[in-house]
Amino acid sequence: MQHMIEQPVMVKICDILEESPSVKTFFFKLNPSYEPGQFVMVWIPLLDEKPFTLSYIQEGLIGISVLRRGAFTNALHSKKAGDMIGIRGPYGRGFNLHTHSDICAVGGGIGMASLATLVDRLNLVSEKRQGTTTIIQGARTAAEILYQKRFGNMKLCTDDGTAGFKGTTVDLLRDLLTKQHFQKVYACGPERMLYKVVRLCKEHGVECEASLERYIKCGFGVCGQCDCSGQRVCIDGPVFNTEELSRMDDFGRITITKTGERVIHS
Amino acid sequence: MKFLNVILMSEINLSVNLCGIQLSNPTILASGILGTTKALLKRVAENGAGAVTIKSISIEPREGHKNPTVITFEAGMLNAVGYSNPGVAAAAREFTDLQDVGVPVIASVIGTQKEDFVQVVEGLSAQKFSAIEIPLSCPHTPGFGLLAGQGTPQATFDITFAVRKVTKLPIFVKLSPNIPEICTIAKAAEDAGADAITAVNSMGPGMIINVEAQKPILSFKVGGVTGDALRPIAVRCVYDLYKAIKIPIIGVGGISTGRHAIEMMMAGASALGVGTGVYSRGIDVFRKVCEEIRLWMQENGFNSIKDIVGAAHD
Repeated sequence: MQHMIEQPVMVKICDILEESPSVKTFFFKLNPSYEPGQFVMVWIPLLDEKPFTLSYIQEGLIGISVLRRGAFTNALHSKKAGDMIGIRGPYGRGFNLHTHSDICAVGGGIGMASLATLVDRLNLVSEKRQGTTTIIQGARTAAEILYQKRFGNMKLCTDDGTAGFKGTTVDLLRDLLTKQHFQKVYACGPERMLYKVVRLCKEHGVECEASLERYIKCGFGVCGQCDCSGQRVCIDGPVFNTEELSRMDDFGRITITKTGERVIHS
Repeated sequence: MKFLNVILMSEINLSVNLCGIQLSNPTILASGILGTTKALLKRVAENGAGAVTIKSISIEPREGHKNPTVITFEAGMLNAVGYSNPGVAAAAREFTDLQDVGVPVIASVIGTQKEDFVQVVEGLSAQKFSAIEIPLSCPHTPGFGLLAGQGTPQATFDITFAVRKVTKLPIFVKLSPNIPEICTIAKAAEDAGADAITAVNSMGPGMIINVEAQKPILSFKVGGVTGDALRPIAVRCVYDLYKAIKIPIIGVGGISTGRHAIEMMMAGASALGVGTGVYSRGIDVFRKVCEEIRLWMQENGFNSIKDIVGAAHD
């Protein structure tokens, strides 16, 4: 069992990278071992605590990429290098690495963050790696594309056509699957997208792993807040494979609100 | 001559009759843990629980406290979730066809006044719950439990009596370990028609401060203490209650192993709530505890749970 931090430790933000107009990456030093797809709980004392997937895992240096979308992420975005935040984790079950396969990583929006460490890890073992890595990234518009310098050769798509293909990641993947065979597709993004990606992969007989998002409280599987058809996204996931997802009726349809009510996914 | 009393594993019977409810074993998922959806209740049942309790339901939806709401420490867990729940109308939709769960399902009902309890119980009456639990003892939610003065003999009597009038289901009243006169409160519940006492709720509240942040970690600052730290106190409460009341006791507090379970039953518990154990031993803690109870019973010459209940008393 890897070392896990049960109570938040305060870490200093040592660097901040502006990835796009709405996404910043915060770097801090932490040693515990992490797997791609896992997440940490980020605590701002007196404000709130939220889950973030790790988007950079380097020797002793961890990064989280944060999309500005509410009070908490606004507060994070106003942090400067040298400021402190609380971190506990890592939590959850990450991606299952297939170093010998041709894989495709499909990221929608900020979902690209959790796939980034997966691609890094596959590149890291490149001497042992026999397969190829293809990345599909979808964003609303060109300025919102993430990690362009980090990953040179991505297949891009945007809603408005300002970069790459004008359309969705699902369209791009559908086209690609007719030309190329993958042993594995990894996906993270809006759940509607994930649902379509998983369905598409099933049609082509390709194994898929998707990382889900739910409102998370405890992070370690006791509070029941992040349920998806009896699976706890925080500890049984957040990454689930095709077979597991096919048994989860709520996947792509139903999410769970802060009160615990199961509602139709927007 | 116990060593001659050879018990075969197949002869060991873990089943329990709790207020007329037949349980295949004495472990019950405690309220507040994993009880948000029917799917999770079913999963817990598949992992060996003899019965399950839903997360407490109030009239209106509640978001609860902000995060952090739950943290662990060396001897257990500290939580101030703040009774987040979707409200009685949504709960009635969620918990339909409860026979699918596979084990008896207990409804946990909360309110700020006795009329609220009645309204929620009535709102859930069409669903196939096996019992109603009323916790009058939450230490960390304004308007509810201890913070609403529900932990007095009079309030306990009044609320239990009001609920008694509107349901035929067994009523379990869940009490706080904080109150020295827990037996007086339990008797008030018994007098008002309660069928069992659930002992105990989380204790405290307690506080954990992050010394670098120089702030309490929980957003509500304080929270109920559960797990190992609570166990000796829970065992003592159950021991005292066993002498004071006639109705059965559901022992809750720090049970995560078979030995803990045996200890709690020897103190006088007829059934056992398991909550924080889901964290320390995983979602299959129920199956593990049952297997460990079974092994202990075999090694020590017991073949029935009812021979263990109260065994620690003179």
